[in-house]
Amino acid sequence: MIRVLLPAHLKTLARVSGEVQVEVAGQPTIVSVLDAIEASYPMLQGTIRDHVTQERRPFVRFFACEQDYSLEPPSTLLPKAVEQGAEPFLIVGAMAGG
Amino acid sequence: MSSVRLLVGTRKGAFILTSDGKRERWGVSGPHFAGWELYHIKGSPADPNRLYASQSTGWFGQLIQRSDDGGKTWQPVGNKFVYEGVPGTHTWYDGTPHPWKFARVWHLEPSLNDPDTVYAGVEDAALFRSTDGGKNWEELPGLRTHSSGPSWHPGAGGMCSHTIILDPKHRHRMFVAISAAGAFRSDDDGKTWKPINRGLKSEGIPNPNAEVGHCVHRIAMHKSRPDVLFMQKHWDVMRSKDAGDTWQEVSGNLPTDFGFPIDVHAHEPETIYVVPIKSDSEHFPLDGKLRVYRSKSGGNEWEPLTKGLPQRDCYVNVLRAAMAVDSLDACGVYFGTTGGQVYASADAGDNWTPILRDLPPVLSVEAQTLQ
Repeated sequence: MIRVLLPAHLKTLARVSGEVQVEVAGQPTIVSVLDAIEASYPMLQGTIRDHVTQERRPFVRFFACEQDYSLEPPSTLLPKAVEQGAEPFLIVGAMAGG
Repeated sequence: MSSVRLLVGTRKGAFILTSDGKRERWGVSGPHFAGWELYHIKGSPADPNRLYASQSTGWFGQLIQRSDDGGKTWQPVGNKFVYEGVPGTHTWYDGTPHPWKFARVWHLEPSLNDPDTVYAGVEDAALFRSTDGGKNWEELPGLRTHSSGPSWHPGAGGMCSHTIILDPKHRHRMFVAISAAGAFRSDDDGKTWKPINRGLKSEGIPNPNAEVGHCVHRIAMHKSRPDVLFMQKHWDVMRSKDAGDTWQEVSGNLPTDFGFPIDVHAHEPETIYVVPIKSDSEHFPLDGKLRVYRSKSGGNEWEPLTKGLPQRDCYVNVLRAAMAVDSLDACGVYFGTTGGQVYASADAGDNWTPILRDLPPVLSVEAQTLQ
């Protein structure tokens, strides 16, 4: 079970509080976790990554185990600690604007 | 007894204001979608409890929300706006070709007779339609792919389709306005489009009388006379008596003819309202006096409406979608400001009262008259 922490606005949109958990087959990657989140919470489609290009939205960042995964390829494997549920995958709204 | 519901979109959420027919006391619900920009909220003429809202942020993109109970509850519906085919390019600020890219929905226009059909005007300029209550959206590509499209360029706020008007008499006819391309008309349900900018004159473009390239800020129509259109252009207030085929300037005695919104009295098709703004470089009222101007003659002869509005030290703006009228007798007129005030007049503009003073900047105001 993968633990995912969503930014506040997306928690409101998905009508969840705290972390969410998703199932991913095999060792999780950035894209497999995002696919699982969007499958569980369809209202988040298009909010984290672009509908067409599937690119990360510029003001959304990904972190895990204190590492920035935002610029890594979508197929990048996430750490064992994320796979084992010891650490969450963090989706963060970048600090920008007012 | 009749009542009024105002749908107010702001930079940081939506607010729903309700009053009975006297329009003296208002209930306030909100913020809905707190923290998000609400460019537009509009109810279906066929089912007033069916509302559509355009919700967006620079962080998380575009959402469309739908309510089936007059705004008490909402559900996100489809937010996939994909241009048909290869989008091509329009003209960027520096004159170079620039790829068409979806940014946000500026305007939602529900069908006149089907609650599940709604049109969306978007940035970069295009028109989309949903026929299933907002779940799925398809482009009507004839607008974007008009032969003049590659020459369209953005205004300061982006290249947006910000106005959609459905003709209640000619059921296949609709109008859109795009900053800064101009006004367009379709007579075949949006399949093909014709620029309707003859008579517009824009000094800031290479050919002041060009077919396209005009920064049209807003168009308004009275449903009883759909061939008569009124326009607030970047500069100039215009009137057309032939569904946009030709335009005549009706700025008349306005102290400045720059502005954003324009609207028509619900029962008097030649009574129109504008909010003159000092200039395109100083987006606030002339002399710090917030004045709505009303013409009862379809333009040219204007009177300032000031009672209840600040007449000193006022430097707010009124954006293009932030004015609306109800259809009670007497006609109610409403507008919101970038300073967060929502003003109401229950007597067609003679007297004004602030309903709210401290909202986030107001992006849009729509009025529903409920029976």
